[in-house]
Amino acid sequence: MLIRSKQAGELTEAQVTDESVYRNRRQLLKQMGFVGLGGLLANPSQAGVWSWLGDDKPEASLPERAALSYQPASPISDPLTSESKVLSYNNFYEFGLDKADPQQNARNFRADPWRLQLSGLVEKPIELGFEDLFNFPLEERIYRLRCVEAWSMVIPWVGFPLSALLAKAGINSSAKYVAFETLYDPKQMPGQSSRMFGGGIRYPYVEGLRLDEAMHPLTILAVGVYGKALPPQNGAPIRLVVPWKYGFKSIKSIVGIRLQSSQPETTWNRAAADEYGFYANVNPQVDHPRWSQAQERRITKGGLGSDSRIATQLFNGYGAEVAGLYSGMDLRRYF
Amino acid sequence: MIRQLLPRNAIKPQHVKIVQLLLHLGCWWWLGRGYWLALNDRIGGEPVESLIHLYGDTALQLLLATLVVSPFVRYSRQSALMRLRRPLGLYSALFACAHLTIYIAYDLQFQWSTLLSEVVKRPYITVGFCAWLLVMALAVTSLPKLVRRLGRRWKQLHNCIYLIAILVCIHYWWSVKADIAEPALYCLILSVLLFFRGDKFLRYFGQLFSTIR
Repeated sequence: MLIRSKQAGELTEAQVTDESVYRNRRQLLKQMGFVGLGGLLANPSQAGVWSWLGDDKPEASLPERAALSYQPASPISDPLTSESKVLSYNNFYEFGLDKADPQQNARNFRADPWRLQLSGLVEKPIELGFEDLFNFPLEERIYRLRCVEAWSMVIPWVGFPLSALLAKAGINSSAKYVAFETLYDPKQMPGQSSRMFGGGIRYPYVEGLRLDEAMHPLTILAVGVYGKALPPQNGAPIRLVVPWKYGFKSIKSIVGIRLQSSQPETTWNRAAADEYGFYANVNPQVDHPRWSQAQERRITKGGLGSDSRIATQLFNGYGAEVAGLYSGMDLRRYF
Repeated sequence: MIRQLLPRNAIKPQHVKIVQLLLHLGCWWWLGRGYWLALNDRIGGEPVESLIHLYGDTALQLLLATLVVSPFVRYSRQSALMRLRRPLGLYSALFACAHLTIYIAYDLQFQWSTLLSEVVKRPYITVGFCAWLLVMALAVTSLPKLVRRLGRRWKQLHNCIYLIAILVCIHYWWSVKADIAEPALYCLILSVLLFFRGDKFLRYFGQLFSTIR
């Protein structure tokens, strides 16, 4: 049973039904019944019992994504998550709470024109337009993405190191942290206009990194995935990817990057401080209060039974590169 | 309104038989359809999670439908409809089993030690598992022979359905990250249903607490 509530701005049947059609409804229904019954009797081979088992959503075409030119990555041992899963299973509450919602609700999202502002404790603030985002030397990075909900994917991103952008602006010596902000546009992002639809978290979504984390060579700004420009549900036109942290740190559709001296507020920490810390480093030893982080379900491709359940690695397997950032820190306390 | 349209007991047992048949067909079809779609990767990006949610949602919806039956029978004076209560409850139990089975088989991949630690450590799983155990107790004692044998105690035992419904709503509420809209809706429906039998409900919990004490 599907309980469907009407969204604001959604049209009622009355609004889209022509009055003449409405007035002739009885006649129409009779005709439909006649044709419908005839159709059932006449054509049993086409509408077989199997179509009853099918999903009834029509295969609507998705917007085309621009191809990018970039330095390809060498493959890693983990098999990639299929493109269709990367594009259809998303946590992006601005476009709805269900994992399938963002792909549907972000269909008409416009990323062009865009304005990304880099400000705060920098020598010269920078403003990037849509075209500018693709003017950095792009490279492919195949990263594991571990969600705090205990599932993971392996995704070929296309982007450039965040440090390249920060270096362009020149970092002031008093800067200690980097704050990020997602676009706030309730007209395009239905989750931002309704508390229920958007899960009751405060918008715009904000995230943050320590400056040394932001400057780390593994930290990238992605503008593409699977060789093409990012689709809206994955954070078009530009998003952060920090592979050793839980997915919610990798903020999407960024409009603001600000260098500052104090630790920035972050959305999920603000929503539930006991469940989501500022650091949010992937750590199998530190459980989320409501579920274990010791293992993860690796999503690759295919239907039921194709996922494997694997042990989660400290720093999502990037310990050799990033453990030094946290030497001497109590990771239980700074989770 | 229904009371004016339908005279007392206008719905006959043979009509209810048809509804029962549709219920049987519908439930098995829904169970099979979900599994088939999940096997073929046509149920959202992550079939395991989608299927667990689908079966869990259905179990809760059927549970609430079970609770609707008796107040509706009383209001509409159609006692034949009472025969729908048992199949609705049993199908709710079936979907609860499917929900748990998919979780164990495809999410935990039969790691029984993980199941044990999750049941102990995670409050929402603890609550859900307790609800499932109670559901199983009710399902087993729904055999007509046992119903007769248990007599008055059957009634006492089956009043557990209120406790189960509350546990299931808590299980749902605690399992979500932020999207409480759906669990909130179910909680609201359940509160209305419990409100309709306020006196009985209070008596039941009075009894429950006095037996615990």
